[in-house]
Amino acid sequence: MIEVRNLTKRFGEIVAIRDISFTAATGQILGFLGPNGAGKTTTMRIITGFMPASSGTVKVAGYDIFEDSYEVRKRIGYLPESPPLYFDMNVLTYLRFVGRIKGIAKAELSDHVDRALAQCGLVEVAGRLVGHLSKGFRQRVGLAQALIHNPSVLVLDEPTIGLDPRQIIEIRTLIRELAGERTVILSTHILPEVAQLCEKVVIIDDGQIVVEDALANLTREMSLEQVFLQNITKDRGVVDVEEGAAP
Amino acid sequence: MRNALAIAGKELRSYFVSPIAYVVLTGFLLLGGWFFFNLLARFDFLLSIYSAMRNPEAQARLNLNDFVMAPLLHNLSVVLVILIPVITMRTFAEERRTGTYELLMTSPLSISEIVAGKFLGVVAFLIVMLGLTGIYPLILLMYGNPEVGVIAAGYLGLFLLAIAFAGVGLLTSSLTENQIIAAVSCLVVLLLLYVISWPAETSGAVLGAILKYLSLTEHFGEMVKGIIQTKDLVYFASVIVLALFLTHRSVESVRWR
Repeated sequence: MIEVRNLTKRFGEIVAIRDISFTAATGQILGFLGPNGAGKTTTMRIITGFMPASSGTVKVAGYDIFEDSYEVRKRIGYLPESPPLYFDMNVLTYLRFVGRIKGIAKAELSDHVDRALAQCGLVEVAGRLVGHLSKGFRQRVGLAQALIHNPSVLVLDEPTIGLDPRQIIEIRTLIRELAGERTVILSTHILPEVAQLCEKVVIIDDGQIVVEDALANLTREMSLEQVFLQNITKDRGVVDVEEGAAP
Repeated sequence: MRNALAIAGKELRSYFVSPIAYVVLTGFLLLGGWFFFNLLARFDFLLSIYSAMRNPEAQARLNLNDFVMAPLLHNLSVVLVILIPVITMRTFAEERRTGTYELLMTSPLSISEIVAGKFLGVVAFLIVMLGLTGIYPLILLMYGNPEVGVIAAGYLGLFLLAIAFAGVGLLTSSLTENQIIAAVSCLVVLLLLYVISWPAETSGAVLGAILKYLSLTEHFGEMVKGIIQTKDLVYFASVIVLALFLTHRSVESVRWR
């Protein structure tokens, strides 16, 4: 479903990601892990078509992100790290607007909006201004925005960051429900979340993939925490740890 | 086109749910009203002087078009130079700052649709803004007999001027995520376009003609006199098209930088 091949992104002199490749199958939840600044957000921004790679390709549902960017964008729902919300709109107006620019036909718009509201538990706050909502609800509106056009791929950049424990559990349950026949790429810092949700794990460190494996294989002998710590450099640029030494 | 209208609708709504629209419209109408009142008072004063002097020749030259409407439109155009950067500064800069740009750029929209949507949103707002000043010529029509054609040509000029300003505003807003930088750079460009013909008289035939051609005031001034010429329409169309084209480029470069 998602095929990332030899992706490299340079910002001037700095190489943000270097020659990374991984795949995610249909219906899979892929946990995308790595320390801050490892290149997770950059990778996701390339997959969603927000920015181009310096070299390499991404295919989503068979479409190339560079040649058929439009087709890919129709099929992807994306929740960036900070939800892209207009604070001066109410939830309903916001979702209708997003639905329209995602290309939903006018006749079907209300159905899609109602479904997204129900899925994300937003029915009671549909008339409230987005700017007046709590952080947890804003995150849900962000998710609803990613879901509105019923995309076959969901890209979620740290969807549970800054939420309280109850909200985290709610969002997790929601992601699990949403997965089904969709492919989900989920970036996070919270390792138990990955252990609970994901079938596959990709760990990125300093712009390079250091682990790509099924969760079951990784956690056979040690916990995910141990796998993570073994594979990332502790202080980047100071300690020279051999890379790619997956157990 | 449907997508562009969705964005235009969102833009227009965002003006009216924030205080911006009301502050800008109030300020514009307040200044416009002050200009109108003073021009009319002066007209009335001149009229009474000339009739007291029994000078029918001078009295015949006094008319509402030249003595009230034309200076009023010129004054409003100066106010637009200051207000339009404020209206357009948030269009792109704010989306970039708040991160909603990611939503727009990862949606199945073309950049033309995004730019056209933003542009139409601003144009719709300007129609409301200039439309409200229609009260002044209406008052003149009720109590006097100005030439309607000349007023219409003047308003067409003011409207084209406003849209061309808005194009420049969209461009400067697309270049930065800082709204103040967007507004200030737009203001500077508009003022330059306004005063660029000042050295025209003393800078030789060719350069002088070029500077005059580049100046917004020259083209606008012709239309205020009631003269609609193709060269003036072409001038405004070129400024608008060029500004939108560069905005398109600038937005695209963010995607492919």
